[in-house]
Amino acid sequence: MPKRTDIQSVLVIGSGPIVIGQAAEFDYSGTQACRILRAEGLRVILVNSNPATIMTDPEIADATYVEPITPEFVEKIIAKERPDALLPTLGGQTALNTAISLHEAGTLEKYGVELIGANVEAINKGEDRDLFKDVVEEVNKKIGHGESARSVICHSMDDVLQGVETLGGYPVVVRPSFTMGGAGSGFAHDEEELRRIAGQGLTLSPTTEVLLEESILGWKEYELELMRDKNDNVVVVCSIENFDPMGVHTGDSITVAPAMTLTDREYQRLRDVGIAIIREVGVDTGGCNIQFAIDPVDGRVIVIEMNPRVSRSSALASKATGFPIAKIAAKLAVGYTLDEIPNDITEKTPASFEPTLDYVVVKAPRFAFEKFPSADSTLTTTMKSVGEAMAIGRNFTEAFQKALRSLEKKGSQFTFVGEPGDKAELLAEAVRPTDGRINTVMQAIRAGATQEEVFEFTKIDPWFVDQLFLIKEIADELAEAPELTRELLAEAKRHGFSDQQIGEIRGLREDVVREVRHALGIRPVYKTVDTCAAEFAAKTPYFYSSYDEETEVAPREKPAVIILGSGPNRIGQGIEFDYSCVHASFALSDAGYETVMVNCNPETVSTDYDTSDRLYFEPLTLEDVLEIVHAESLAGPIAGVIVQLGGQTPLGLAQALKDNGVPIVGTPPEAIHAAEDRGAFGRVLAEAGLPAPKHGTATTFAGAKAIADEIGYPVLVRPSYVLGGRGMEIVYDETRLASYIAESTEISPSRPVLVDRFLDDAIEIDVDALYDGEELYLGGVMEHIEEAGIHSGDSACALPPITLGGFDIKRLRASTEAIAKGVGVRGLINIQFAMAGDILYVLEANPRASRTVPFTSKATAVPLAKAAARISLGATVAELRAEGLLPANGDGGELPLDAPISVKEAVMPWSRFRDIHGRGVDTVLGPEMRSTGEVMGIDSVFGTAYAKSQAGAYGPLPTKGRAFISVANRDKRSMIFPARELVAHGFELLATSGTAEVLKRNGINAIVVRKQSEGIGPNGEKTIVQLIHDGEVDLIVNTPYGTGGRLDGYEIRTAAVARSVPCLTTVQALAAAVQGIDALNHGDVGVRSLQEHAEHLTAARD
Amino acid sequence: MTTSTKGNASKRKEVSPAVLVLEDGRMFRGRAYGAVGVTFGEAVFSTGMTGYQETLTDPSYHRQVVVMTAPHVGNTGVNDEDPESKQIWVAGYVVRDPARVPSNWRSRRSLDEELVKQGVVGISGIDTRALTRHLRESGAMRVGIFSGNALPDEGTMLAEVRQAPEMKGASLYEEVATKEAYVVPAIGEKKFTVAAVDLGIKGMTPHRMAERGIEVHVLPATATAEDIYAVNPDGVFFSNGPGDPEKADHPVSVMQAVLERRTPLFGICFGNQILGRALGFGTYKLKYGHRGINQPVQDRTTGKVEVTAHNHGFAVDAPLDKVSDTPYGRAQVSHVCLNDDVVEGLQLLDQPAFSVQYHPEAAAGPHDAAYLFDRFVSLMEGQRA
Repeated sequence: MPKRTDIQSVLVIGSGPIVIGQAAEFDYSGTQACRILRAEGLRVILVNSNPATIMTDPEIADATYVEPITPEFVEKIIAKERPDALLPTLGGQTALNTAISLHEAGTLEKYGVELIGANVEAINKGEDRDLFKDVVEEVNKKIGHGESARSVICHSMDDVLQGVETLGGYPVVVRPSFTMGGAGSGFAHDEEELRRIAGQGLTLSPTTEVLLEESILGWKEYELELMRDKNDNVVVVCSIENFDPMGVHTGDSITVAPAMTLTDREYQRLRDVGIAIIREVGVDTGGCNIQFAIDPVDGRVIVIEMNPRVSRSSALASKATGFPIAKIAAKLAVGYTLDEIPNDITEKTPASFEPTLDYVVVKAPRFAFEKFPSADSTLTTTMKSVGEAMAIGRNFTEAFQKALRSLEKKGSQFTFVGEPGDKAELLAEAVRPTDGRINTVMQAIRAGATQEEVFEFTKIDPWFVDQLFLIKEIADELAEAPELTRELLAEAKRHGFSDQQIGEIRGLREDVVREVRHALGIRPVYKTVDTCAAEFAAKTPYFYSSYDEETEVAPREKPAVIILGSGPNRIGQGIEFDYSCVHASFALSDAGYETVMVNCNPETVSTDYDTSDRLYFEPLTLEDVLEIVHAESLAGPIAGVIVQLGGQTPLGLAQALKDNGVPIVGTPPEAIHAAEDRGAFGRVLAEAGLPAPKHGTATTFAGAKAIADEIGYPVLVRPSYVLGGRGMEIVYDETRLASYIAESTEISPSRPVLVDRFLDDAIEIDVDALYDGEELYLGGVMEHIEEAGIHSGDSACALPPITLGGFDIKRLRASTEAIAKGVGVRGLINIQFAMAGDILYVLEANPRASRTVPFTSKATAVPLAKAAARISLGATVAELRAEGLLPANGDGGELPLDAPISVKEAVMPWSRFRDIHGRGVDTVLGPEMRSTGEVMGIDSVFGTAYAKSQAGAYGPLPTKGRAFISVANRDKRSMIFPARELVAHGFELLATSGTAEVLKRNGINAIVVRKQSEGIGPNGEKTIVQLIHDGEVDLIVNTPYGTGGRLDGYEIRTAAVARSVPCLTTVQALAAAVQGIDALNHGDVGVRSLQEHAEHLTAARD
Repeated sequence: MTTSTKGNASKRKEVSPAVLVLEDGRMFRGRAYGAVGVTFGEAVFSTGMTGYQETLTDPSYHRQVVVMTAPHVGNTGVNDEDPESKQIWVAGYVVRDPARVPSNWRSRRSLDEELVKQGVVGISGIDTRALTRHLRESGAMRVGIFSGNALPDEGTMLAEVRQAPEMKGASLYEEVATKEAYVVPAIGEKKFTVAAVDLGIKGMTPHRMAERGIEVHVLPATATAEDIYAVNPDGVFFSNGPGDPEKADHPVSVMQAVLERRTPLFGICFGNQILGRALGFGTYKLKYGHRGINQPVQDRTTGKVEVTAHNHGFAVDAPLDKVSDTPYGRAQVSHVCLNDDVVEGLQLLDQPAFSVQYHPEAAAGPHDAAYLFDRFVSLMEGQRA
């Protein structure tokens, strides 16, 4: 039975900003789905507030709404577009929750919109813990297998305390209902922990519900990915086994596909239970994932949970098997059955089968604890990782070691030199799951731990433990061998050792090992991910390397462009870079090149086998890239390698690749150096006559003090050679400077500290531009809302700039052109400026695609990354204008006056992290980037655009109620006007005594509330923190105090995060918020698709 | 939990070299696995990722050298519950990365030990994917595995491989079938008696019937119609088994006698080919066969797709698009493999008889097709009514 004919248009809901637990994988699945639905002839309407996604590219859907994903805004879109159906299963928990709200509010019924891909009853059965337990019980009655962990549902703290008694005591697991990525769940070993975790869980759960469970810590953990069609055909797409046993969120675990340590009988039992569950829950069509725990002692199976939707694991399973779950889910939703859908990879067999693997896939998580030094780094059932890398090998050791080096993080690869340390200490340390526990385990093995001991302390399955021993034994052989023989080297490569690791063990340079290896003729071959273990011929060149015998790379005719991706997502390098890489691939394919993508991030669109002509799922290290270039150079001509679109990862390889004879296209490595090296860049600026803030470098406190004294406080200090503002701080006085130098471990004579003049109260400006050597195309000028000193990735910004005039733009254009020319850019450049007084300072320049490229592209309706890729390969701005890729005239610096205003807002992961005492981490913004994602608000005026950005990021701005204001002295003047506006909008103001006094003198009434330090008043007056916790505050304005007082507002801000009360930490944000509130109170806020905005803009340009 | 080796001693022991030689001259060099020695057979690949114990002990693999496409084999060791017969039947075993330490609460010993104990010659450490692709493109063919420290030269090895018997035209079922009849009692209340002709039966098959209240009388492959009716059966079953169905004249004539008497009949795998021949259809050898546990088969009577376990190198040549007239009334193809349209099941429309080419007993493999045993039960019920 083919496609349904009664559906002409579908609304697809995306997942919004990247947050921990809900990341780029939903861009991948949503993009696949939108493309498929359009190919089926349906009108696709999309809503997603995240501009960094491919799915929000105007060509992916018919009508793309970059609007907040809230029931209010989605209803406006439904009212305007009147879609026949809503597909909610591809946008993570956000989409699912929004769809349920719309259903419950009667909106879907009102507009006659059918929910497809899932029904509300199934969603509730799958997601509600109580109902799901009944499902599992029912399944057990029917097939005699499957049970839930013994558990108790609780709606209050009293329930919770009683529940522990029922379960027979601690430890217990706490799981809040309806939260994503396991937010708010954890293990409680005693009452104190229980009160904290369960209390938080009750708050986080939209239904004020948590589940207490018996502990199954240390059990084996598995996941199955299933799909079902309307004829009740069910297939298991993939089995995944967690290397880390139960207790660590699967998103934070090292995971392996397929399952490695199950017999067929045990596997088929999981399969039977899984299929019975998908039927019992009633997932009509589409995918779901089910997690199981197995007792390693007797094989008892417990069903942990299910997600009745496409999930992070399904993205991983799709990449691991070549079976595109989201794409097929979309087809099933519009009426196809599995047997009617062809397998893309074989083309001749249907999708109604179960992929079989002749390789091993390992996924490893990437964390960012260094950004949150006070956060507890213990891994629990709450997901904390910010990204992941996947690697494929022909055996576990090969895949595993590739995955660890794909993480691209210092110390992530195993090291076999130096003293391992004390065995007992290492084993004791390995008990606690953390980022890098695996390395501790390896050191324990080196220190003499036995397989039994490793299992006893970590509960990692003995088969995996033995694989670690295998790796260690080969390292020993490498160390002890009199010479590197062909056999030994081949064996080491077969088990995933990198040239760098081998070099470290043998005391050789990496390039020397490589030369020896090449001389011995040991090179990887490339195998195909084909869904069927070679049973049928694969038509899709989706490759991974292995040290095996036969390569499957076919010869080609057309010149190839190799695009290096950005690797695992991390704070500072996320989906935005994948966006640029994917665009380059599309543009170059259109221009007649064969595109070859290299990346190791399974969450992305770039690693979809559909995106480029060839895909190499490989680590982005020099060794791995050089081998790919070699393999492709044997296959046909290579036009060049693109390094400037994937962020710092490929950029960092540029020089070494060039030194190895690899043709780099676009901005040459020397130019990259000219922008990154302080001295060289200083000369570029000097020649162009552009000022930079005063600065100096020092290795001691005395040296730093001398510089600071000369340029004046506040100063911006940071260690050299760091990314994403790591360790960067604004220092307001000498005392803090001394303690900063004393605390910093990264400062040494070879790594001095950089001291810059901090431009207090300056306006920070970001510019994205294209340069072809002759002509500059100013992509866009973004004015930051927060002052300079807050990392550009964490601050909100507006495009076009809202307070800069034509003269300023002219100066920015001239400076940008001078720098692009001076550095030698061919493609994209991003420059950060600060305007202090009347002086335009250059803060830094990055000769690559920046984080803001997708935002700029969407705000100005110009595909900058596509143009950059073309310029890299020799096209000029003039040619691209003539071709229509760039506008015929004008650019992003001279947008028409009635162009829409776009606001980008950063999304912070505060709520994910707790310190070891279980308290929240501070939420103050600073020069170190900590946001995980972003949203965009677009509208005709700034206030509305800003309000939309807030609604998309954190929830709607309040339009009335109580606002609490407490600001630092330096902010008190600028607070008065916005405070008055709040009162005019009917807000009641609360303030601490100092702020209240200033307000009162300016004729603004504010109720004085008690500081936390003052405690409860004599008549029981609550402190501000208590008021926030009790839900009596609707808006918080709390700017951090300049000196030493940064902790004063800590409790206020963490309480705000816990209660999800909007909390503004700069006066600039307050001013913007007031404009937003003004817009919201002034009547109807409309919605408009990007296509409509573009049409309007194009018309205005002509 | 079985972790066979204590402490930190390296398990990277020295092993003998081994060579796999295909009859078309392609060779793969690796390491000895299991017993050291020489073996010959037909090279086939199996794509199942689980169930190596069941595969090794499946009599249908008699005289075949099985290439495992899954790289890691032996991870869960060997237990005493999962074998499908009393011995390993494969002629040789080809794996990429054998486990050094088995891990499973049911494991009794390592697979390596078991292969040595049963004298099964294998090879490890070769590019099994390259070999699989070669077999896919060139077809299943004869192969030899030679292991040990004194290997013959390549020419000698190749000549020996080319002298080994071919699978086409081989009659093998008698070699694997039981010599003596035995009874598998019904589990719970006995409802039916079935005579099961053993052509290489897997242990799970009578078990699946026993679970449904069937007392199964397993008879030797040489059983005659008289032997079958001597047990007074409600239904007759013909099992899976190795070799070329064209050489199975005896079972074909016995089955024809059963069809004459209109006794409910069920056949699996070889049994399906026997039914095909009994009805007058031909059989043919597939290029490289179906061996795995992920094959999509459509039940043409319901349109539903089941994911099934396969192990067959031959298939029935029957028309997919029409009902055929046979000496036993109208017959149709009931099941078809969606990958390649190979006939996967036959059904008589005018009397109670059907068969499938794949393995509803599913050991190893998914349980999607277990309903076929229920169908057999309803045929027997229908006959009684």
